[in-house]
Amino acid sequence: METMALTRTKDRPRKRLRWRPEYVGYFYLLPAALFFVTFMLLPLIQTFNLSLWDWTGIKGAPAEFVGFDNYAEVLTNPDTLSALSHSAVFLMTFCVIPVTLGVTFAALFTRQKITGLVFFRTVVFLPQVIASVVIGVTWRWVYQDRGSLNQFLAIIGIESERGWLGDFDWALPAVGLIGSWVMTGLCMVLFLSGVGRIDSDLYDSVKVDGGGAFREFFSVTLPGLRPEFTVATTITIIAALRTFDLVFVTTRGGPGKETIVPGTEIYRLAFREGEVGEAATMAVLLAVLVFTLVRTFQWVLRDRDGISR
Amino acid sequence: MSTQTTSPAVTTPRRKKPFSAKDFVFRVLLYAFLTMSASVVLIPLLSLLSVALQPPESTQTGLSWPSDPTWSNFETAWTKGDFPLPVLMVNSLFVASMVVPLGVTISVLAGYAFGTMKFPGSNLLFYVFMIGLVMPFEATIVPLYYQLRDMGLINNPWGVILPEVALFCAFGIFWMRQFFMAAPPALVEAARIDGAGSLRILRSVLLPIAWPPVLTLATLMFIWSWNEFILSLVVLDRETRTAPSGLGIFTGQWTSEIPALSAAALIIALPTILLYVLLNRRIISGILQGAVKG
Repeated sequence: METMALTRTKDRPRKRLRWRPEYVGYFYLLPAALFFVTFMLLPLIQTFNLSLWDWTGIKGAPAEFVGFDNYAEVLTNPDTLSALSHSAVFLMTFCVIPVTLGVTFAALFTRQKITGLVFFRTVVFLPQVIASVVIGVTWRWVYQDRGSLNQFLAIIGIESERGWLGDFDWALPAVGLIGSWVMTGLCMVLFLSGVGRIDSDLYDSVKVDGGGAFREFFSVTLPGLRPEFTVATTITIIAALRTFDLVFVTTRGGPGKETIVPGTEIYRLAFREGEVGEAATMAVLLAVLVFTLVRTFQWVLRDRDGISR
Repeated sequence: MSTQTTSPAVTTPRRKKPFSAKDFVFRVLLYAFLTMSASVVLIPLLSLLSVALQPPESTQTGLSWPSDPTWSNFETAWTKGDFPLPVLMVNSLFVASMVVPLGVTISVLAGYAFGTMKFPGSNLLFYVFMIGLVMPFEATIVPLYYQLRDMGLINNPWGVILPEVALFCAFGIFWMRQFFMAAPPALVEAARIDGAGSLRILRSVLLPIAWPPVLTLATLMFIWSWNEFILSLVVLDRETRTAPSGLGIFTGQWTSEIPALSAAALIIALPTILLYVLLNRRIISGILQGAVKG
């Protein structure tokens, strides 16, 4: 919008100062607004509303207004706390690990000519387009007692008969690492393209100042990748917190309750146990968590100097 | 300021340096790392394929190429599986083929308004729409289900199509707005002087040059719609489910026929993988720009 305004000012310096509102814009927004309000905004508001009621979800069944009782119920329920702590583990595996690997890779090989880059990029990005159900089936086989993980471990000399997804200690990290598998390629591709855009003069000036590889990394590469950090953390945080399908297909929350997450709790409470109020409460917590975390990271990574590339 | 002029570092001509041992080690490390990453991605998928090619009664789940690879499991999954895969695939195709044109159309219209017009509240409205970029179905599914039930859309493909359009159009609007903002103002200005109304300008000036971003958007919406899970799981039932949610329900019960289940999973993944092979550049750049910019 700024660019448009600027160009127009050049053409007609005076007139542009008092802009004429183009009300016809509302007309073009109408179809989108209709869909958005009905199927996104209203449900979002309704989620909060439902969280204040005790309701089984059965058609015509009476609902009782309970205020914030559901919040007290949900927040003191040990299942909620374990679901949230599992989300914290997923934040590590969906977000921290992929972002770290992506940055390390991009920084290490800054300004290296890579033959076959296009092929590599296409391969590591592939998990992004495959349905998570298919990814879940794939990894169920990988983690089975005679799956390819144990085959690989045998090659490097570790004999294991463990069925990873049925193991009380390993199921959670095992499911989480599927997230790393999905997200690392995305982060690598993202940071690689970011590093490519950094002005190479900046590196030369660090060299002139006598700075080494570390100086290069901290004073040029990292600040230069700020926009990519924002995008990567946004995508991966949302993916980590919303996870439902991967867990549903691989473990259904088990063994025991070792891999339950907010998504599976919402599904169970609303559609299996008829605790609609508690499910909505969980959904509110999830929405608040997603929104707060994403906004916090965007704020931390904001453009402090007002210079955007 | 915008230093877009710098070409990617890879193509920047570097001073010719004598070949050093350090460089050599670096290159070896680089390619080792690349090969390793690509293998980590491909091996699980290859082992899924190898499982699908085993004899039907096999319980093999690791990576081992069968001595006598057979495609019969794909036939079994398609015709005699425990769930009606062809029906589910047709359902998925129907949902996606409704979501794409609807989603693209409303995104183009709204993106056009946000990208070229100034009207009171336009910024605020834009940010409200962008909620859809961060809010997943998981957060709205509970009331959404009861709302759809009141509308009589449970067990009806439109119960999935309409909410998907609503969710995906957040990205669509963002995406098309970017394009319309970058469109040369002189073009629009000239048409306006000729007396063209805003709809004429969109139809005969901007849309003819908008096909690249529209194609990307349509591709992404197709993939997202095809892969969508929780909504179709909750809203649809048996015969009306989309392929991924139909498979998802069966993964718990159908472990007896591991090769056929793997074949079904591969069949379901095939359409998006084919699209990806054809249009990977578009898909990658679209997804990378999909997150809210800081």
